[in-house]
Amino acid sequence: MLTVWAILIDGLIYASWLFLVAAGLTVIYGVMRILNMAHGSLYALGAYAAASALGWYYNGVGDQLWIALAMIAACAVMIGALAGVIMERGVLRLMYGRDEVLMLIVTFAMLLILEDVMKLIWGTTPYFAYQPYAAMGRFNIGVLTVSGYQLMVVGVSVVVGLALWFWLERTKIGKILRSIIHDREVSEAMGVNVRRMFTITFMIGAALGAIAGGVTAPIISVVPGVGVEVIVVAFAVVVTGGLGSITGAAIGALIVGLARAVSIHTMPELELFIVYAVMASVLIFRPHGLFGQAVARKI
Amino acid sequence: MGHPLSRAGMRRTLLSTATSIALISAGVMGISQAAHAEDTFKVGLVTFLSGGASGPFGVPAAQAAETVIKAINAGELPAPYDSAGVNGLQLESVVIDEAGGPTKQVEEYRNLVQRQNVNAVIGYISSGDCLAVGPVAEEMQTFTIAFDCGTPRLFEDVSNPTYLFRTGLDAVADNVGAAHYLNDAKSDISRLAGIQQNYAWGQDSWQDFTLSMEQLMPDVEIVDNQTPQIFQGNYGTEISALQTRRPDIIHSSMWGGDMEAFVAQANVRGLLEQATAILTTGESGLHRFENQAPNGTILGGRGPFGGFMPENDLSEWFSKAYEAEHGTPPSYPASKMAQALLGLKYAADNSGAEGVPSSEQLAAALKGATFESVSGTVKMALAGGHQAMQPMLYGEYHYSADTGPELRNVRAYKGECVSPPDGQNALEWIKAGFPGADCD
Repeated sequence: MLTVWAILIDGLIYASWLFLVAAGLTVIYGVMRILNMAHGSLYALGAYAAASALGWYYNGVGDQLWIALAMIAACAVMIGALAGVIMERGVLRLMYGRDEVLMLIVTFAMLLILEDVMKLIWGTTPYFAYQPYAAMGRFNIGVLTVSGYQLMVVGVSVVVGLALWFWLERTKIGKILRSIIHDREVSEAMGVNVRRMFTITFMIGAALGAIAGGVTAPIISVVPGVGVEVIVVAFAVVVTGGLGSITGAAIGALIVGLARAVSIHTMPELELFIVYAVMASVLIFRPHGLFGQAVARKI
Repeated sequence: MGHPLSRAGMRRTLLSTATSIALISAGVMGISQAAHAEDTFKVGLVTFLSGGASGPFGVPAAQAAETVIKAINAGELPAPYDSAGVNGLQLESVVIDEAGGPTKQVEEYRNLVQRQNVNAVIGYISSGDCLAVGPVAEEMQTFTIAFDCGTPRLFEDVSNPTYLFRTGLDAVADNVGAAHYLNDAKSDISRLAGIQQNYAWGQDSWQDFTLSMEQLMPDVEIVDNQTPQIFQGNYGTEISALQTRRPDIIHSSMWGGDMEAFVAQANVRGLLEQATAILTTGESGLHRFENQAPNGTILGGRGPFGGFMPENDLSEWFSKAYEAEHGTPPSYPASKMAQALLGLKYAADNSGAEGVPSSEQLAAALKGATFESVSGTVKMALAGGHQAMQPMLYGEYHYSADTGPELRNVRAYKGECVSPPDGQNALEWIKAGFPGADCD
């Protein structure tokens, strides 16, 4: 029974983190039809920015937890949005209308460039910013303990999910974006400034990636390559859920998170296999993912 | 005014002058390069300068090389290495990033030997890179020292080496030593678990350790082994799984940022209050853990390196010089690089060569040799005289704001206790109950 509880709790915690990582990726694809390989670099930028800010803050400036958490959010949003606008205006804007595969290669190039830029800025030494993780303590559930910080990540994930839903479903910009998703050319003909909407979408997607990195920074050792590690599993989640679907990303994250927890608690050697086995199983029966929709090709 | 030159004659004169200048320049440069080559000994240094292994391992090793090479060239090392240079030659280094995988490293190795014309190569942290480069070193007949990689397969694949050496211990010694330490210091344990990175290093380490435990503490039950991906970073689920198994001891061969992240997360989650961790590479975090690791955590340093270095003139000099230049005490990867360079200097100084020693002369000098190092006396007693045999040490981590990090209850196990006799397969030796081991 303890193992079942542990699987449920761990699955939920990991799924929340996965959703945070995958949300920005799926938002950008849903609106812009760009499979953003550089999303991992945006995650890493957020992690480095948060770790640097926390290192500065805890190194004699202060030790208030709420200030540290506010700094994580502020740094991640700022660096993500800034990097997003530079990438969209500086590179992607020149490529709109090209094939999706070409856009994939362009974003892969940006990933490689950003990886080296981060090495130039932050070097290769690992950054640890564990203080918020330690300060939030832990809660006992039988012999199992869960850290307060991990529970906070669940909360952040829920808030981000609800905010995305509200933004897309209940705001004017959201309605415009949905019209672009439905038919970009008709939206343009109706007077929608699609390029401006693309910039806003990419900034928000990039900021979401950076927030995921910022939130993760106090848990991990921030080293070169952290972004590359997460992009693969993020793709597995969004493909399982259906590219471009927020609900799909949430359900995909939950399925992958729970499957991985079952594996780790029962057959740890199959941990990596199980994530991709789930993805492959879903794609066999639903080639566009759980919530993905087949789109008729325009000629 | 003299007779003016015709345009064609002028062109010929200019061409002739330019050709002469070019030939003279080439001659001077050639003489200069030849003189330069005769004055210097060129060594290729290969270590991680990027990627996850760079911060905890690669960069400290590169920094150690910088410190030691500078001192060798200036003749500032303590005796017996107080003569300037190697065999009187200034040591010049070419540093290569180890990142990129075995195929790239084989290509880089060939470039070092064929294009950069290095006289020797020191490098390789990754076991995969060592295994790939080892046979190439033999093929290219170039004196090569593997300074850190731990795979015991290195001298199984290169079974009759001439040019390939390893100046440190392999992973068998790490894990046999860990089992001996638990047997001596934690004899009351009954449940054992592990967490290893899911690749050859982690799998081999767990196999060597559990087989050793079966020999030394057969009543201990192995309750779990977690195998996260390398560089995974977040170990929340693995920590829960370990908590539900309620082990007394958690063995881990995880290294670098992964190891430090696991320790920090497991500490906050209370896992390291329920169980004691024994970390075979934990010494690399000695000066970084502070309160992230609980007191009593058992650390290894892959031999008498880093915080486990014995007190001698060389280790004192190295610790002071490294800390003065790089602002932190040397960790074990830094000490191992220093040891490899001292091995090279020993080989060159004792090669009997006039000028630049050949790879054959270097290999003959180091094979089966005994030389002094930052880790004490090193005997090249394994792999037919091509690998060091040294003691293995473990100790408990203790930290307080007043004293800083300390290693307490340190126990040392002789090389003859933790390594199989020369020529014997390690797994068979462990399974047979360590025949011939001298642990007194």
